[in-house]
Amino acid sequence: MQKITREILIDKAAFLLSTGVVGSVFGWRAGEFDYDVTPALFTDKTDLKNNFVFGDFCGANVSKYLIKATKNAEEKILVFLKPCDTYSFNQLLTEHRFNREKVYVVGIPCEGMADVRKIKEKAGEGILKISSTEDGVIVDTLYNGTISLKKEDILLERCKNCKSKKHVAYDELIGEDGTVLENDRFDEVAALEAMSPEERFNFWQNELSRCIRCNACRDVCPACTCEKCVFDNPESGVENKAAYNSFEEKMFHIIRAFHVAGRCTDCGECSRVCPQHIPLHLLNRKFIKDINQFYGEYQAGEEVGSRAPLVNYTKEDIEPNDAVNKGDK
Amino acid sequence: MRKCKVENIYTLLGEISKNAKLYIPVDQVNGAKFTEYAEGLTLSNALKTERSIKDFFFPQTENLVDFKVSGKIIEIIDNRSEMEDFVIFGARACDVRSMEILDRVFLSEPVDTYYANRRAHGIIISMACNRPAETCFCSTFGIDASKPAGDIVCYKGENEYVFEGVTEKGKNLLEKLNAVTENGGEDTAKIVQTEIKTILDKLPLKDVKADKFGKDKTDKFFNAPEWKTLSEACLGCGTCTFVCPTCQCYDIKDFNTNSGVKRFRCWDSCMYSDFTRMSAGQPRPTQLERFRQRFMHKLVYYPTNNDGIFGCVGCGRCLSRCPISMNIVKVMKKLGEGDNE
Ligand code: SF4
Ligand code: SF4
Ligand code: SF4
Repeated sequence: MQKITREILIDKAAFLLSTGVVGSVFGWRAGEFDYDVTPALFTDKTDLKNNFVFGDFCGANVSKYLIKATKNAEEKILVFLKPCDTYSFNQLLTEHRFNREKVYVVGIPCEGMADVRKIKEKAGEGILKISSTEDGVIVDTLYNGTISLKKEDILLERCKNCKSKKHVAYDELIGEDGTVLENDRFDEVAALEAMSPEERFNFWQNELSRCIRCNACRDVCPACTCEKCVFDNPESGVENKAAYNSFEEKMFHIIRAFHVAGRCTDCGECSRVCPQHIPLHLLNRKFIKDINQFYGEYQAGEEVGSRAPLVNYTKEDIEPNDAVNKGDK
Repeated sequence: MRKCKVENIYTLLGEISKNAKLYIPVDQVNGAKFTEYAEGLTLSNALKTERSIKDFFFPQTENLVDFKVSGKIIEIIDNRSEMEDFVIFGARACDVRSMEILDRVFLSEPVDTYYANRRAHGIIISMACNRPAETCFCSTFGIDASKPAGDIVCYKGENEYVFEGVTEKGKNLLEKLNAVTENGGEDTAKIVQTEIKTILDKLPLKDVKADKFGKDKTDKFFNAPEWKTLSEACLGCGTCTFVCPTCQCYDIKDFNTNSGVKRFRCWDSCMYSDFTRMSAGQPRPTQLERFRQRFMHKLVYYPTNNDGIFGCVGCGRCLSRCPISMNIVKVMKKLGEGDNE
């Protein structure tokens, strides 16, 4: 699937390290299997050569890690960003979360990342090896022999609805830049809107009652960068380890969706990491869809410093009444 | 041993459910989940349930006690209802072993009566693992997936399920099922066991060793430089602790109801920033210390306090659930390869 190889990225990194342009490299570290890749900071060339990986399982958006990584860094950090990651990168800069000067961005093309859950669903347990092909993967399994899977069946949700192959931030690009894409990402939201309030409530109750409040969705979210989240603060009165009923978690999710409204770039990390497979992106997309409809198209992270419609008053802003009526339709 | 034909398993399950609440693994949107038995439900073919059997004995939240205040009188209300017997069907070898680990925590003095009560009423029917996954490494901790512990052990052969009563509780239950089972099945059990052993030999993690860890190794690993890289991407989400069958830390929370207090016990996680927070602050100020705590607890502290028994059963749940794919196997390999003498 990926057209660019790890060797190209390692060479680039090694070159930038040895010429002193950067002092460390943020990327992905290989795991025990082909699919269990971990975001990692590399400082050592041998480590980089042996353990740096780039492939179909590098879905992790590493831009948020730059907040921590740049804090004590004396030299620049090289970071490899996929197109969608660059939107988060810009949004973080808009919110002054780290110093741009401390980062050297190499934009890398992306063919869409694989979702190992989908692969496991189709190939079963006992995955020994996953190799990439032009338009999919070949999986060697313990129990079901060798299975080929097509790209469209194994892509991460966000990649299936990829919004852009264009890098909105970089110091250097590997390969040709892409363009903003037409996509169907609002279809599922429209389907939810078409439901009756009761159906919709049941849909969310069914989804959110699985939530275990691990907060991984928040922890991974590049728009959630508060130093101390209100939900982690025992003094706030809303820190919530003991749920009173199985649907209490809805409050957390609704509040979080409001909190990131206008800042969420739709990077899809929340849904990717949720261990309970809750389609959290649908909440955020509903906000994006509404913002687009009420205030005109707006893509968070497209440019650094842009003012999100929700924090930018204009005389043309829709009146609350109209919003309610429009929302009713 | 007793056996029943594969096609009669639902009759057998129906029989069990007449006398006790029965939970069986059923496929749900996000994987297999122990679900209360009802006619028409289908047993999942998945190897493991997403959550372990820990949830039955130590639920994520439970209302321990209520306090009712009227004037100067505080009434203490123990609102536990009478516990009924329940049966869990299809627990895997790792999950069954995890109960021993939890027992050592909750059943040692002072005994946790909530847990003890559930333990007394629960019967575990384990199931040998016909198809272990690539993430399994129970053998690292001396667990035999082809011969799990449990009150009753079950083997699923090509044509029949075979049952072996192990504990008193298990034997009694099995006897009650005489009408739907018949004698025999030893051959099938043997075949299943041999097949499983062949597969266990092919598992990618079969050589993961824990010998470097264990009792009294705190000084050896506590300050290892590897913790920094290992923990750097950890989100502190605590998913690993929630899905882990042996993680047993909890917090106690009081909720003001205006006329009193509702006291809850809820799972806590050493990965959280407010875990064991005291008036002087958080003793583990960064994610590095929190991350280290989880793995040191499994690999060093628990064995130190429990005759060398490890606090991990190699179920592999933290391998497949961690959002950043960091886990105990990576920790063991990394720390094991470094020279921390
Ligand atoms: S990641 Fe999933 S389970 Fe965890 S808090 Fe978010 S929605 Fe809930
Ligand atoms: S630490 Fe991981 S592998 Fe070990 S018992 Fe817990 S979840 Fe399973
Ligand atoms: S190790 Fe993984 S699952 Fe555990 S807290 Fe860290 S990120 Fe979450």
